[in-house]
Amino acid sequence: MRVTKDLVAASATPIVLGILAEGECYGYAILRRISDLSGGELDWTEGFLYPLLHRLERLGHVESSWQTAAGERRRKYYRITQQGLAELSEQHRQWETVLDALKQVWPSVGDIRPLTIRLEGNA
Amino acid sequence: MTVTNGQDELEDQFTRWREYVRRRPELVSSDADELEDHLRDSVDELVALGLRSDEAFLIAVKRMGGLDDLSREFAREHSERLWKQLMFTGDDGDGVRKSRSRSDLIAMLVCAAGAAVSIKVPELFGKHYDDDGTFYSVNFALFALPWLAGFLAWRRRAGAGLCAVLVAMFTLGAVGANIYPVADDSQSVGLTSAHLPLALWMVVGLAYVGDDLRSSRRRMDFIRFSGEWFVYIVLIALGGGVLIAFLGGTFDAIGVEAGEFIWTTLTPCGLVAATVVAGWLVEAKQGVIENIAPVLTRLFTPLFAVVLLAFLVTVGWNGRGVDVNRDTLVMFDLLLVVVLGLLLYSISARDPQAPPGTFDVLQLVLVGSALVIDALVLFTMTGRIAEYGTTPNNVAALGENIVLLANLAWSAWLLTGFVRKRGTFAAVERWQTAYLPVFAVWTWAVVLVLPPLFNYR
Repeated sequence: MRVTKDLVAASATPIVLGILAEGECYGYAILRRISDLSGGELDWTEGFLYPLLHRLERLGHVESSWQTAAGERRRKYYRITQQGLAELSEQHRQWETVLDALKQVWPSVGDIRPLTIRLEGNA
Repeated sequence: MTVTNGQDELEDQFTRWREYVRRRPELVSSDADELEDHLRDSVDELVALGLRSDEAFLIAVKRMGGLDDLSREFAREHSERLWKQLMFTGDDGDGVRKSRSRSDLIAMLVCAAGAAVSIKVPELFGKHYDDDGTFYSVNFALFALPWLAGFLAWRRRAGAGLCAVLVAMFTLGAVGANIYPVADDSQSVGLTSAHLPLALWMVVGLAYVGDDLRSSRRRMDFIRFSGEWFVYIVLIALGGGVLIAFLGGTFDAIGVEAGEFIWTTLTPCGLVAATVVAGWLVEAKQGVIENIAPVLTRLFTPLFAVVLLAFLVTVGWNGRGVDVNRDTLVMFDLLLVVVLGLLLYSISARDPQAPPGTFDVLQLVLVGSALVIDALVLFTMTGRIAEYGTTPNNVAALGENIVLLANLAWSAWLLTGFVRKRGTFAAVERWQTAYLPVFAVWTWAVVLVLPPLFNYR
């Protein structure tokens, strides 16, 4: 299964802000975390993640600094700002609304399958 | 292969990858750092899975995707970077480079200020800018180019030997330009004013090339430097003109006459300082104008070729001889200079490995027709000299013509060989760089030898 581009683009900001809300993090670890969270289904490229991080930084949602954690390389860590937290809760509210609506419109997952099969049967 | 070897090799690969990334204007140094760190994480992970380090590197790079895609994505977010390359964005360099560019900046400011002050010094000895026009027109380059050479020598950490040579040459130029008892209205004065800057520019070339005097690459770099320097100085002069217009205009509006100040201080000081600033700009940002000189040559090579061919056809059609006097000879000299410039700057930007193409043929047409035209001019000129005898101006113009003609004739020969796939393009390039000393010797000869030869006429 592949998530469509539009959906990836729309969900990118809340996902990254959500991850950073757990604590400061660097690019590679963010990608790993996203991959883990989605069971490997969301496979972002570097060309997607880093420009996104830079844009969030420009907008003031995150800030970055080069740090050296004990026994590790010097890395560029990103952390969420107050403004980013506000943005995250705003996005959260919006997504809740969307999800809520979707849940009500869609039948449960179990019902979709027979629906498609029935359609194919009719065809 | 030992483990250490593998590690070294890996570091080597990282270094090369970094250089490759840094060539992209969209990706600044901190992006390269960040992406490198990412790449290292990927490699570490793959090595932990049991891959060899070189395999891991390959896969990690492959996963990151093509740099084209990557930099396109970065450019979308950082479009300003593509525009902002030119100026003082020293903030993205690493530590060493940052301090380097800082000290460069300081050295440039010192040299530019030195040049601006030095041109006002003769006034202390009663040489006023508006009275002693001849003195300044002859010596103008001596107030600018030594400072530029000094800046370059400083930047290249030139050894004591080279510095001594530079000082000696500039001294020689200063002495040669001022020691001869020439009248203000003599031809020799005009020739010295025109040739001393060129002769001194060759000394700047010495400072630029440094200790690697024989290297063809370094000489070609100097040719590129000269072209880019010229573009910068023209741009700076344009800006300076606007500044002067507003300075004059605004002060005029409050009833203060600024013309005197502009003429005797701002213009000369600004010009000599701009010489150093332009050199610094070329050194600091080599990549930017580099792209303009080749575009200009590409644009004008066909146009000049058409004009010259049209001229030849008209001459042949009408059977009209070229009306040669000294002014037209100088014009034809300048024409050869332009043709040579077009040739030089397309050489400087050309990939020597590329096979001959249409443009090379065009260039050959351009050089060939310039040669034919010049042969016509020289033919009439020799007749004239036989008739009226020689003057310093005649000899200088004729000598110039011969020096340029020899260069272009052999270039045409080499180009023909290259277009017919019998020679290499590198031969054309080597010829041009090998010819530079000839220009140096000629310009110095005009400054030092011609005046006594003609009894300071």
